[in-house]
Amino acid sequence: MIDVAKEVLLEVKNITKRFGGIVAVDHVSVTVNRGEVVSIIGPNGAGKTTVFNMLTGVYEVDEGTIRFKGEEIQNKKPKHIVEAGISRTFQNIRLFSDLRVIENVLIGAHIKTDYNFFQSVFRTKKFRDVEDEKTVEAIRLLKSIGLDHRRDDYASNLPYGDQRKLEITRAIATGAELILLDEPAAGMNPQESAELMAFIRHLKNEGYTILMIEHDMSVVMNISDKIYVIDHGKPIAEGLPIEIANNPKVIEAYLGGVHNDA
Amino acid sequence: MTERIKRLINKEDDCCQDTIKPGAGTLHKIEVFTDKNKFSLGLAAAALLIALPFILGDQYLLTVIVKIGAYAILAMGLNILTGYTGLVSLGHAGFVAIGAYTASLLSVRLGADFFTATLAGMVVAGLVGVVLGLPTLKVTGTYLSIITLGFGEIIKMIAMNWATVTNGTLGVKNIPKPSLFGFDMTVGNFGMYYLMLALVIITAVFCLMVVKSKTGRAFQAIRADEMASTMMGINITAYKILAFVISACICALGGSLYATVIGYIDPNTFNFDVSTLILSIVILGGMGTIRGMFVGAAILIAFPEVSRFLMEYRFVLYGVILVIMMRFRPQGILGWKSTLPYKLNKRVREEIEKTEAKETAGD
Repeated sequence: MIDVAKEVLLEVKNITKRFGGIVAVDHVSVTVNRGEVVSIIGPNGAGKTTVFNMLTGVYEVDEGTIRFKGEEIQNKKPKHIVEAGISRTFQNIRLFSDLRVIENVLIGAHIKTDYNFFQSVFRTKKFRDVEDEKTVEAIRLLKSIGLDHRRDDYASNLPYGDQRKLEITRAIATGAELILLDEPAAGMNPQESAELMAFIRHLKNEGYTILMIEHDMSVVMNISDKIYVIDHGKPIAEGLPIEIANNPKVIEAYLGGVHNDA
Repeated sequence: MTERIKRLINKEDDCCQDTIKPGAGTLHKIEVFTDKNKFSLGLAAAALLIALPFILGDQYLLTVIVKIGAYAILAMGLNILTGYTGLVSLGHAGFVAIGAYTASLLSVRLGADFFTATLAGMVVAGLVGVVLGLPTLKVTGTYLSIITLGFGEIIKMIAMNWATVTNGTLGVKNIPKPSLFGFDMTVGNFGMYYLMLALVIITAVFCLMVVKSKTGRAFQAIRADEMASTMMGINITAYKILAFVISACICALGGSLYATVIGYIDPNTFNFDVSTLILSIVILGGMGTIRGMFVGAAILIAFPEVSRFLMEYRFVLYGVILVIMMRFRPQGILGWKSTLPYKLNKRVREEIEKTEAKETAGD
């Protein structure tokens, strides 16, 4: 694609999170431009998931600001953050496993399904219109993802790779512009991660912006536009994949650290 | 490690899901059959239900059937909370009592007619439902069950000790029969049966409408995973309270019907046994299904009646049945997941076909 002027979608400045005396995240800053795939990496316990939890309103931010589309969203309720356009997946897949694939996607579209309780009880025209529209949208989304043949299956019956895809699809269904992926390749074999990479590229081409936490270096190095590295809650490096791969600090954090368990 | 194991298990599922298990196959056939013939089966069921009092013609049997209907309503109420939203309540007798007392006292003392009094009972129960729903913001699981258990006992104590209003342990006597356009409904003239039938159908349709909407999906999402539901933008607090309110209103309706059928209530009518009985119906019939509530109520209400000859041993048998159920069919008698495809209505199907046609034309 032709290089258009970069629009900043998410701007995280110096966010800090303390749990008692422990500083889990210490002045971390991240900038994500529209249409980019940005990764946050770091050894176990570095505070990556804590960053995600602050971005999505699960944890309160002790210091710093989070701007999404120019608007401050730190310490807002998860509901308002989803409405603003940020959605996430989880490290350990959290699907509504006893519901069908399409129902999972429809739940993703919950906040966009705008009829009230009484309209649904009396099956008014508004209810039928909105419900049909959302169902059609859900099926179209499933088709574009390549999961439509699984539409009627229960989520728990899906193979692992498809469960990941469904979780991402459900996040997209919220209408999010920024999708946070928490270790999408966790527990995947090389073939599955390769498929996942192709899938994330596909999403990027569709215009979604992705911020992800990942351990799988082949995935991170191949698809990221920019990488942030944090260790013990502190930012230690940022840059292009090639810069990160050769950064001595990063190599030390991964290979020379005391807490390394590899 | 666990991820790895999970993946292995899922892989296995993936390779084997095309082979149909024998049990699942039969179920699928039954479901396809009922779905195909739903119109004629529905008609047959309607005819049977309308003709039932004339076929039986027996006061005692009809009273039992009306009681089954009342309990089916109570179970449908609890099912919204426990079956769909996943919050186990051990104190639903409290809501039944609120409905029954409010409606009975209004009709006995102020001469209100059954329908107005019942509506008032539902409103009061709904408000109390909000109050009981509030602690659910903080507690989950077993702790919530204990709070509801306490709630049931508190309501019983209030009924017992607030004698100026509730008449204390003496209870409320001579609860009038419902009357519609001057027609008094009793079990004898079948009026009570048809009233029960109408209320059961209204409740079932209401539950179905709630469940098959974004509200029902939000309830089930909360049951499956609260954290993930929050991240979908679902207001967990609001939906949990809504589940409590709906559940309370339906149980109040059932309570009011029960009171007018029996004609007499006292605080012990609504003891802990009633709460467990309602919960047993929900579990036995199949949590999270509406069909299960009828079967559960029919079995658990009819069983003590048909097994009267066993004297007090029937309660032993009752326990044995529940234990066997839990061992061999924990999902409940009718608690299966549908094997039929997700239902799309005509408009949705046409819309999808249209886009597909466009895509192939584009290629």
